[in-house]
Amino acid sequence: MIDEVAPSDIDDIEIELLLEALYRRYHYDFRHYARASIKRRLIQARGRLGVASFSALQEQLLRDPAMLAKLLNYLTVQVSEMFRDPSYFRALRERVIPHLRTYPSLKVWVAGCSNGEEVYSLSILFREEGLDQRTLFYATDINPKALKAAEAGVYQLDQIRKFTENHQKSGARTSLSDYYVADYDRAIFDSSLRANVVFSDHSLATDSAFAEMHLISCRNVLIYFDRDLQERAVGLFEESLVRRGFLGLGHKESLRFSDHVAGFANFSREEKIYQRRER
Amino acid sequence: MSGMIVIGASAGGVQALLTLLPALPAQFPRPILIVLHVPPDRDHGLVTLFRARCAMHVCEAEDKQAPVPGTIYFAPANYHLLVESGGSMALSADDPVNHSRPSIDLLFETAADAMRSRLIAVLLTGANADGAMGLRAVARAGGTAIVEDPDTAQVRAMPAAGLALCPDAVRLVINTIAPYLLRLA
Repeated sequence: MIDEVAPSDIDDIEIELLLEALYRRYHYDFRHYARASIKRRLIQARGRLGVASFSALQEQLLRDPAMLAKLLNYLTVQVSEMFRDPSYFRALRERVIPHLRTYPSLKVWVAGCSNGEEVYSLSILFREEGLDQRTLFYATDINPKALKAAEAGVYQLDQIRKFTENHQKSGARTSLSDYYVADYDRAIFDSSLRANVVFSDHSLATDSAFAEMHLISCRNVLIYFDRDLQERAVGLFEESLVRRGFLGLGHKESLRFSDHVAGFANFSREEKIYQRRER
Repeated sequence: MSGMIVIGASAGGVQALLTLLPALPAQFPRPILIVLHVPPDRDHGLVTLFRARCAMHVCEAEDKQAPVPGTIYFAPANYHLLVESGGSMALSADDPVNHSRPSIDLLFETAADAMRSRLIAVLLTGANADGAMGLRAVARAGGTAIVEDPDTAQVRAMPAAGLALCPDAVRLVINTIAPYLLRLA
């Protein structure tokens, strides 16, 4: 006799197979993402893409690369704001920047940059602090569509009020309106802000370290990973950072339970900023 | 883990929880996870407020932590709180759901998926419909659905929406919810 199985259990089996298919066919690895969020996003995708089941979705995905782009937009959907959590940017400005000033040239990595809000925020902050000319920014993500949006630097005008408020709270030395022009319902950010930004496809799940960094900002990315993948990502950060380089995480993320915790000192407990130890 | 309780509340929720939570003993045998809608931009101070008044331990929910009996976990401001299949807690910064982050629906739906019949969900006072879909998911997964009586709730919209989608939910006046939970536990 075969046991009764709840529909949700069948979903779970199908999701596991779908993620395996996604990895084997396209090398996008979501197998170690936190499952509850992934499941919710896939349920959304299933509804909006009009497929009856995850198995049907898998079949289409395997044969039609156009389905990959559609699915990625559900799996990686990320909303952000410029200067999100202004106190984080204030801490960078007041406490981290003085250390960074001592270097003749700087590299900054925004890992999981999504639509670019954070990299523009940092670019503005570094310009306000007079460090923009000696800084190279890397903005990486796995979603090509997000990278394109980040590179364009165009945001909805109705978000600007919030961005401006955040910017002011971060200890702004200029006005956010110095950096964009309004065009109908859009705010187009000045292309000079991305003159020193390299936008690039990079996966914390499958790619390696690629340059030596002075600051890595990776906020609200690790919460979407399971423990194994978190360890991998933090390992990449540790490997990438110069001695005494800085790592900024999201307010609810921490290295407390990480195997790599010994490699870092708490620089700001409140703002989740860590400093790589000398070995 | 033997079971879990999830609670959702919005307008009037602090008052309702101040009736419910202090009535539970320190040794209450299940963890309680709570989404209470608060303005997103500030630290909500709920932990401090409730810690001073509850026998149970009160803290903020942390990503990837396993909830333990005798403890109350509040969703942090501006993050969704979810339950993973093993019963551990997860946070997410995804879009607001029903204009809310944290969202009661998200907590209830993921907890229902993870805990099935071992889940008790309680929907309290509030001025919107967040939690109604989640409550239905709890009932469908074999869990126990409880709704604060809309007639005596401070704001009736949310419990009324819950009852509309989940008519078989147990309907209780706020000060009878803690005794009811104690009988179930």
